[in-house]
Amino acid sequence: MDHFPLNWGRPRNDAIDSYATFPIQQRPTHVPKDVFAAGIQHTQQPIVTGTSVLAIKFKDGVMMAADNLASYGSLARFRDIQRLVPVGEHTVLGAGGDMSDFQYIQGILDDLMIDEFAAGDGNTLGPAEVHNYLSELMYARRSKMNPLWNSLLVGGFKDGKRFLAYVDLLGTTYSASTLATGYGAHIAQPLLRSAVEGKEDTLTEDEARKIIEQSMTVLFYRDARSLDKYQIATVTAKGVHISDSRKLETSWSFAEGIRGYGAQTQ
Amino acid sequence: MTSIGTGYDLSASTYSPDGRIFQVEYANKAVENSGTAIGLKVKDGVVLAVEKLVHSKLLVPGANRRIQTVDRHIGLATAGLPADARTVGNRARDEASSHRDFYRAPPTLKTIVDRIGQFVQVYTLYSSVRPFGISTIMGAVDKDGPSLYVIEPSGVFYGYHGAAVGKGRQLAKTELEKLKLSELTAREAVIEAARIIYLVHEDAKEKQFELEMSWIGSETNGVHVPVPQDLFDEAESKAKEALVSGFE
Repeated sequence: MDHFPLNWGRPRNDAIDSYATFPIQQRPTHVPKDVFAAGIQHTQQPIVTGTSVLAIKFKDGVMMAADNLASYGSLARFRDIQRLVPVGEHTVLGAGGDMSDFQYIQGILDDLMIDEFAAGDGNTLGPAEVHNYLSELMYARRSKMNPLWNSLLVGGFKDGKRFLAYVDLLGTTYSASTLATGYGAHIAQPLLRSAVEGKEDTLTEDEARKIIEQSMTVLFYRDARSLDKYQIATVTAKGVHISDSRKLETSWSFAEGIRGYGAQTQ
Repeated sequence: MTSIGTGYDLSASTYSPDGRIFQVEYANKAVENSGTAIGLKVKDGVVLAVEKLVHSKLLVPGANRRIQTVDRHIGLATAGLPADARTVGNRARDEASSHRDFYRAPPTLKTIVDRIGQFVQVYTLYSSVRPFGISTIMGAVDKDGPSLYVIEPSGVFYGYHGAAVGKGRQLAKTELEKLKLSELTAREAVIEAARIIYLVHEDAKEKQFELEMSWIGSETNGVHVPVPQDLFDEAESKAKEALVSGFE
């Protein structure tokens, strides 16, 4: 006699638990619950990628820059991708790493901002809240062994305060007056530090832009996955402003003098 | 109420012999007991206004809002049971969010109203549930321009140029008909909306009310927000003036 009503009228499988010894919730099923379970794969590498993002604090707020390239391996696949996006009125988000994951994150943040807007309670999320939300999101995903493959910079200005912080695919966070992701963390970060540290409260917007331009130029010379088309975002008390695409001034005449490899004969 | 005592009004899943569903009609009664809500679809936007009856002086001003935001560009005003309004509002927000998930684009008001209409209708089908005691005015400015709909407790919905639900709807509708809605700007419509709400309010019967107004239009960048304080004050004082001059 099967004493479990849930089993009545169902085909019986004597091979498994013929005497109904398991409680109902724990009863072993004889078919896999999800036939595709074995086929599920987690992100193991980024595919279409963006390179460095740079950001600094200055007198009136925060300035951020990133180029317009999304690479497919070493191929410069998409040359008009915007990697700096506004999140609400006070925040800008810059992303390096997997661009599809970045688009997914944008969708999540858009949902979040609409939720907050619909509450209609007069409160808005600022850069600190957005950054904390992202850090929880990134850490939760890495803990499922399925990270969102990005390094993100969150910059903003709200209630008279500047904010600039980093979060990456591991959920690691840190904050500083200059930040850079990707190749820029190696090449541009030292330049930014020497130009900005100690002068955060005196640098004007024009001076800050100059520093960013110089660093982006160096990065374009050194980083083989970069582009000379880029955008600058500024967040001040006036809100978020993201520039149109700009072109870097570069000169390659020095290449003529390089000897030792390449096409020259001597 | 000839229906009472016949036994055909006990469940929303039973017709009366002449083909009516009394529970739905009772739900309409719940709407009629509520303060008036109106919506105006004009040239460059939509305006929503509500006569929120204040049942206690102990309430904090601005409590128990009857205008909700569904998506950035969609607003919702209700007349009827406030708790039912929250349920429908939450559902509408879920629908808007899932539309964005599926299509990566903001929903048009029509698609949301369609879903909410179905949602409300389902509550007229079973004996285990009660129909919603609210009529919902939804307004939006989407890719097709301004639009305005009313969803009734039965689940039917119609598009309108101007809509009124609740206690003073008859008078409000006559006032709306006098306006040239398609030539008005949203700013002008706010003034008219306040005037109509003040006009339909029955001072003798009801003690107090709060005016609640929101708008979506070119001036708000297509976003649903409460009417800014300066415009609100202007509309309110003009409404009071119009009321006084109307009596003379």
